[in-house]
Amino acid sequence: MSSQPIIEARNVDKFYGNFHALKDVSISVHHGERVVVCGPSGSGKSTLIRCFNALENHSSGTLVVDGIEVFEGSKDVRKLRQEVGMVFQQFNLFPHLTVLENLMIGPMKVRKVSREQAEETARKYLDRVHIPEQAEKYPAQLSGGQQQRVAIARSLCMETRIMLFDEPTSALDPEMINEVLDVMVELAETGMTMVVVTHEMGFARKVADTMVFMEEGRIVEVAPPEQFFTAPSSERCRMFLAQILEH
Amino acid sequence: MRSFINRMRWPDYLIVAMLIAFFGYIWFTIEGTLNYKWRWELIPGYIIGYHTGREAYFANILLQGLAATIRISIYASILAVILGTILGVARCSQNLTIRMLARTYLELLRNIPPVVVVFIFFFFLSQQLIDALDLARWSRNIARQEDIWLWELFFGDMRRFPSIISGVIVLALFESAFVGEIVRAGIQSIPRGQREAARSIGMSRIQELRYIVLPQAMKRVVPPLANQFISLIKDSSIISLISVQELTYKTVELVASSRMIFEAWITTAAFYFLVCFGLSRLFSRLERKREGQA
Ligand SMILES: Nc1ncnc2c1ncn2[C@@H]1O[C@H](COP(=O)(O)OP(=O)(O)OP(=O)(O)O)[C@@H](O)[C@H]1O
Ligand SMILES: [Mg+2]
Repeated sequence: MSSQPIIEARNVDKFYGNFHALKDVSISVHHGERVVVCGPSGSGKSTLIRCFNALENHSSGTLVVDGIEVFEGSKDVRKLRQEVGMVFQQFNLFPHLTVLENLMIGPMKVRKVSREQAEETARKYLDRVHIPEQAEKYPAQLSGGQQQRVAIARSLCMETRIMLFDEPTSALDPEMINEVLDVMVELAETGMTMVVVTHEMGFARKVADTMVFMEEGRIVEVAPPEQFFTAPSSERCRMFLAQILEH
Repeated sequence: MRSFINRMRWPDYLIVAMLIAFFGYIWFTIEGTLNYKWRWELIPGYIIGYHTGREAYFANILLQGLAATIRISIYASILAVILGTILGVARCSQNLTIRMLARTYLELLRNIPPVVVVFIFFFFLSQQLIDALDLARWSRNIARQEDIWLWELFFGDMRRFPSIISGVIVLALFESAFVGEIVRAGIQSIPRGQREAARSIGMSRIQELRYIVLPQAMKRVVPPLANQFISLIKDSSIISLISVQELTYKTVELVASSRMIFEAWITTAAFYFLVCFGLSRLFSRLERKREGQA
């Protein structure tokens, strides 16, 4: 891990109107680090990682991602987003495009690479997520697990340096969760910087370098997984873990 | 038909009896009091006339009017879709000024009577445009040439070309506001996640609109646009007020010259009905087919 953080948030606050969604949040993520964020519903996990690629604008504090300072109205937002991929809970594939076109449109229109090269990249990453045979289908013809893997491949095709995941397996049927988690574990093994919001603690144990627990807009606990799962320092975190690990 | 009669109950018979009485009364008034002489046999001749000198059939005024109405409706709806898409996109713009301008246009059209709107568009916009482009002279030159059947196929009598064009412009401007609302609804029906996904792979607002939002929105917007096209055909009768020689205008002319008030208007009504009802049946069949595929 290099010393310069690739994501650095300092004293970040976020308001939705009067609602205080992020309260004085500070966190740094280093190159190649895998961070898993958990916490109860409404604690601001999505808000936090959506700030990282400027889908939301934080209200105060400083946020620097991959050397680019993020702020409302910044001209560098598109440059930033080309370096930060995002995988959503609801997949958000483009339903009017085939799988291959879903993967090619970003590189072609945003990075302006040639069609041939975009297709080559697309097929490479489709292989990587183990569904090369689905290239010509439309998203609606795929299972949820397959759709989410296409969504991961779509982000990978942009050759991003950071990947954000917002509960990537929460919308999936149980039997499909593992096929997506497996792909994410493989991705972690390539050394990708990842920030993952998830309640899949098995996955967290396997890949996380750092665990983050959030509650009511604050980061309550930051710890390496051994310590996080065995001896969390806050009572809140202990209760939360007890709850989700019961299942 | 049989089952329809079987399903009738006594209130239905009552309603039918009242309708018959009502139309009978009108018939009686026309026949008796006004001393009206029906001359239905002349109507076909005003649809397709026979030129005895040239020994050939030709499209007479009613058919000419119908053709003009159809041409104008097609061109106006193409233009209205283009303008309406721009308006609909503007209504969803991030920029407040653009959004306000589009909104103002819509509210003006919604709250001023169509007849007034038509006159305003005619005098302030289409007349100016036609004068500026000197379309009148240009089309007269074409009208003088030989062998202009292709022009006539698309625009009818070329001497009336400027009038057709101003009819198309006025009608398109008028309908674009409603098309704009349809497009706006289509754009807003696309889930937020689609825009976020587009943005998070680094697309600009324009790219997001062009490659992700509009292609999906346009597909959803086809059925309401088809209905709007039917409305446009009906609304097109209003441009007879600015002397565009379409079906309604031609009917007024026919009535003035031949005095066949009832026959002419009933025929014209039947023309509009056949075209609009036919299209509406066609569109709903196409849509059912499309849903069947999806
Ligand atoms: N666009 C918005 N406008 C207003 N309030 C919002 C908005 N988005 C989120 N919130 C509020 O901010 C708080 C944090 O939301 P967030 O989505 O970040 O929570 P979360 O930790 O991701 O929860 P979940 O596990 O349910 O996804 C919630 O109380 C939510 O109601
Ligand atoms: Mg969330």
